[in-house]
Amino acid sequence: MLHYAFMVHALLAAGAVSVLCGLVGWFLLLRAEAFAGHALSHVGFTGATGAVLLGLPPLAGLISATLAAGLAMGGLGARIGRRDVAIGMVLSLALGFGLFFLHFYTSYAAQATALLFGNVLAVDRATVLALTGLCLVSLAGLALIGRPVLFAAIHPEIAEARGISPRAIGMAFLAICAIAIAGAAEIVGVLLVFTLLIGPAAAAQSLSRRVTVGLVLAPVLALGQAWAGLTAGFYSGWPISFWIAVFSFLTYVLATMLRPTEP
Amino acid sequence: MNDREPAVELDAVVLAQGPRTLLADASFRVGQGEIIGLLGPNGAGKSTLLRALLGLVRPRAGRISVLGRPVRPGATRVGYLPQTEPNGQFLSAWDVVAAGAAGNRLGLPWRGGTARAEIDAALAELGATHLAGRRYVNLSGGERQRVRLAQAVLGRPALLLLDEPLVSLDPAAQAETVALLRAIRARLGCAIVVSSHEINPLLPAIDRVLYLARGALALGPVDQVITTKVLSRLYGAPVEVVRVGGRIFVLPGEATLPLDRAG
Ligand SMILES: Nc1ncnc2c1ncn2[C@@H]1O[C@H](COP(=O)(O)OP(=O)(O)O)[C@@H](O)[C@H]1O
Ligand SMILES: [Mg+2]
Repeated sequence: MLHYAFMVHALLAAGAVSVLCGLVGWFLLLRAEAFAGHALSHVGFTGATGAVLLGLPPLAGLISATLAAGLAMGGLGARIGRRDVAIGMVLSLALGFGLFFLHFYTSYAAQATALLFGNVLAVDRATVLALTGLCLVSLAGLALIGRPVLFAAIHPEIAEARGISPRAIGMAFLAICAIAIAGAAEIVGVLLVFTLLIGPAAAAQSLSRRVTVGLVLAPVLALGQAWAGLTAGFYSGWPISFWIAVFSFLTYVLATMLRPTEP
Repeated sequence: MNDREPAVELDAVVLAQGPRTLLADASFRVGQGEIIGLLGPNGAGKSTLLRALLGLVRPRAGRISVLGRPVRPGATRVGYLPQTEPNGQFLSAWDVVAAGAAGNRLGLPWRGGTARAEIDAALAELGATHLAGRRYVNLSGGERQRVRLAQAVLGRPALLLLDEPLVSLDPAAQAETVALLRAIRARLGCAIVVSSHEINPLLPAIDRVLYLARGALALGPVDQVITTKVLSRLYGAPVEVVRVGGRIFVLPGEATLPLDRAG
């Protein structure tokens, strides 16, 4: 399958995005902001549909929207990511607007499906380069702020007392999160962002109680799922996002069952 | 800080939270190596006062000095145990402690040899070495407090601020935790301010008591502060302090002798 340029592109794009998603997801779960991540992807849907309507690339709209929403969430308050009702309302409004923008498309159904469930095989060279570049920058950013993000996630009040601004750290982290989510939306679609963002991270947290192990395991599991999904999709002809969702779920269930018990 | 300087000094401090004045014109000192019990009913402002000592809440008026300097967030020689439990409880106790070791520095959350030795030493200091590998979520209340205290004494602080470390512990675990306070002071020579809404479990450990109610406070030895006269003044209503078998009970209302009723 590596003879096909579209498969190589897909493997590269999915690889870069899934590694970033695994890491970001691990921290996102620690911050108890999984639902905020879910909401960000829906805001991305609005951004993508809006961008297409304006004749811009969907990825540009995706990233602008998730980035703006991530920064706003981080800026509004330290713990806003946990306000389920408020986030759910914003999420619904975002989807509503996404539908509104779709209403003006000529190829309504195809566009909607691609955005909602991903279309990784349509990723062209330019998009692969853009995605890989964005992921590398985000990974570098996460490497830089990993320590304070961890501190603020586990001991928010102590971190604040040590001079870490919860707002600054929240904004920086959610900005990185926004890029990971936009990337995941490009690969598996906005509805299946959890498969790369939360599934592998949750499995890693079941399997290991160590920060260091978890931060290796989560991206490795995410990468494995993404590539296994692409391979299975290529040979079966069934949708790749379907396979990634299946592998993500299986990994999660297996990890939950294999969760090591206390000595 | 020289040997003469108090660990904490408040000069005409006014603390308020919204419309409520929690501390009206308070001036007091806590000496080095002193253990102070911060008492008062729920909502009296104990947590807010501790946060003010960390520089997280600004006084409306007056001056707060900590370890000989004007208070500011980020003071490294102040350890803090907040009222709420840490997040990420699936992590090992070691990792929960480690998250706070130089957690405000930039970089990856990997720990070098020096930091690891420091974390091990802190756990050993609190008799928690055997808990290091266990998931935090599986620890008992008393074990959790050992681990949280280990994180608070990282970096060998000169002042330790503990917010309700006894709440939701059974009496045995309370006694165990209180004994740890004396052990920590003996090892580190640090001053400790420990808040609680109940005085009895703290009695074996504290040198003086700081009682907070309705914006006023009283600081002194237990026998001089926890009295009918002083507490009635603080509450602005008659209360009765009764001592039974080395324990202290604060009862609302004026004492009435059973004989009076019978008559
Ligand atoms: N962030 C806040 N915003 C508004 N009011 C607050 C805040 N934190 C505490 N308060 C109020 O300040 C008062 C003191 O709270 P607190 O310091 O937590 O008391 P304690 O620790 O003694 O129970 C309470 O009436 C509480 O409702
Ligand atoms: Mg409190």
